Amino acid sequence: MSAITLDIAEKRYPARTGTPAREIFRDFRLDVAAGEFLVLLGSSGLGKTTLLNIAAGLDDTYRGAVRFGTANPRIAYAFQNPRLLPWRTVLENVALPLGEGMAARTSARRMLEEVGLAELASAYPERLSLGQQRRAALARAFAIEPDVLLMDEPFVSLDQPAAERLRELLRRLLARRPASVMFVTHDPREAVALASRIVLLEGSPATVARDVKVTLGLRERASPALADAFLIRMGIIPRTEPATPRG
Amino acid sequence: MSTASRLGMTAASLLALLLVWQGAALWAASPLLPSPAAVLAAMQRAAEGGALQRNIAITLARVAAAFFIAMAIGSALGIALGRSPRLNELFGPWVIVLLNLPALVVIILCYVWFGLTEAAAITAVSINKIPNVAVTMREGAAALSRDLDEMARVYRFGRWRTLRHVTLPQLVPFFTASARSGLALTWKIVLVVELLGRSNGVGFELQTAFQMFDVATVLAYALAFTVVVQIIEMGLLQPWERWANGWRR
Ligand SMILES: Nc1ncnc2c1ncn2[C@@H]1O[C@H](COP(=O)(O)OP(=O)(O)OP(=O)(O)O)[C@@H](O)[C@H]1O
Ligand SMILES: [Mg+2]
Repeated sequence: MSAITLDIAEKRYPARTGTPAREIFRDFRLDVAAGEFLVLLGSSGLGKTTLLNIAAGLDDTYRGAVRFGTANPRIAYAFQNPRLLPWRTVLENVALPLGEGMAARTSARRMLEEVGLAELASAYPERLSLGQQRRAALARAFAIEPDVLLMDEPFVSLDQPAAERLRELLRRLLARRPASVMFVTHDPREAVALASRIVLLEGSPATVARDVKVTLGLRERASPALADAFLIRMGIIPRTEPATPRG
Repeated sequence: MSTASRLGMTAASLLALLLVWQGAALWAASPLLPSPAAVLAAMQRAAEGGALQRNIAITLARVAAAFFIAMAIGSALGIALGRSPRLNELFGPWVIVLLNLPALVVIILCYVWFGLTEAAAITAVSINKIPNVAVTMREGAAALSRDLDEMARVYRFGRWRTLRHVTLPQLVPFFTASARSGLALTWKIVLVVELLGRSNGVGFELQTAFQMFDVATVLAYALAFTVVVQIIEMGLLQPWERWANGWRR
């Protein structure tokens, strides 16, 4: 049984001053299997964030339904910006989704150790680097032991080594606490590095253009050349131009 | 600039003011412009019988009562208007009308309608201040971060945790701003209210002194009261502001 079923008959944004009405999805369906790491690829403005927001229950202005495999699943969402509370310490930020007692703080502290932020537990988020804030956001997401993990370009605007370290951390966290993941990125290589399945969206309204299982080993995932070869073979990137590496 | 040198500059500036005052008093040589020493003497005279302290305490109590009432009602009103465009359309214009009503008119109306009572006095001061607070808080409530609100919803903070950890901290700067301007406004209006319809407090004493052309006593009360207000500013408001802003870089 699927962990997440997105069934969107229609999602549109009404016209506003300056923007015409836009239909983002029509008769769109996507199933995410339990434990799957689904990466959503697609160009800017296609509706990827919209899709995650619908899955998260943040957007209910659409026709259709979202169903989950387990009743009342715990959902964690790593946003494109870390969205930490600037007036609460890193520890409090990670603890707050768990409640306000001592138990929450204890497990938050353990979580921070796991992501390598133990020393910064009592710092305020704005004093952290972007990479560290992203780590804190990951800690917050995993602290609630989510069934469903939604991630919207969570590693964007980091340099490659920092992004790779965070991807490594994400793999490690998921190995310990499996979850069904929907992960949005612009970077096809990042998709290959992480995904068990890649879905490429295209068009307006958006439709699934490619839907491929990824069964590569760690070595192939880590090598840009092999990753590109896979992406070309699967028709995710065109044969002629190499995948653009992202800074 | 370091704190010490800033304090030094402030002291020097105040000293210069004192010298100018002294010079002007010498030049005028009139009881209508008393020297600093004469004002100090008047202050001592007023303080000896305890009148100065008592009147300042009475006025401060009125300031405090009006201030807290106005902050509470004004904040609630402002947040409600900032959160609901519908309410804002309905009642926003009322706030503008109140905002532009001269303080004196409100005071007169309150005394006429509710009599020359303590309640009328405090109501008058509160009503003068409520629209200012409401307008500032409305601005803050309208600018609340959607991003953080979504975060709190996803992570199921619930009403109370959202209010305490997400919403209120965003309103603190607006709250401090209105508290600050509010305190200044309140104590000025309280003096007028006392002058018009109370038989004690700094405002009443100022009026008595005014009727006898006792400028030294007027200045003595004004100075003493200003100092007290400054101490409250620096001793209460500023430390609280620093504490509330501790997270900023
Ligand atoms: N609140 C909104 N009101 C009106 N239009 C919106 C709103 N939010 C998004 N849109 C429009 O819907 C489309 C899809 O937006 P969305 O943010 O889901 O795209 P995306 O695929 O996440 O893009 P990106 O990769 O740049 O983040 C865009 O064209 C955007 O302009
Ligand atoms: Mg997006």
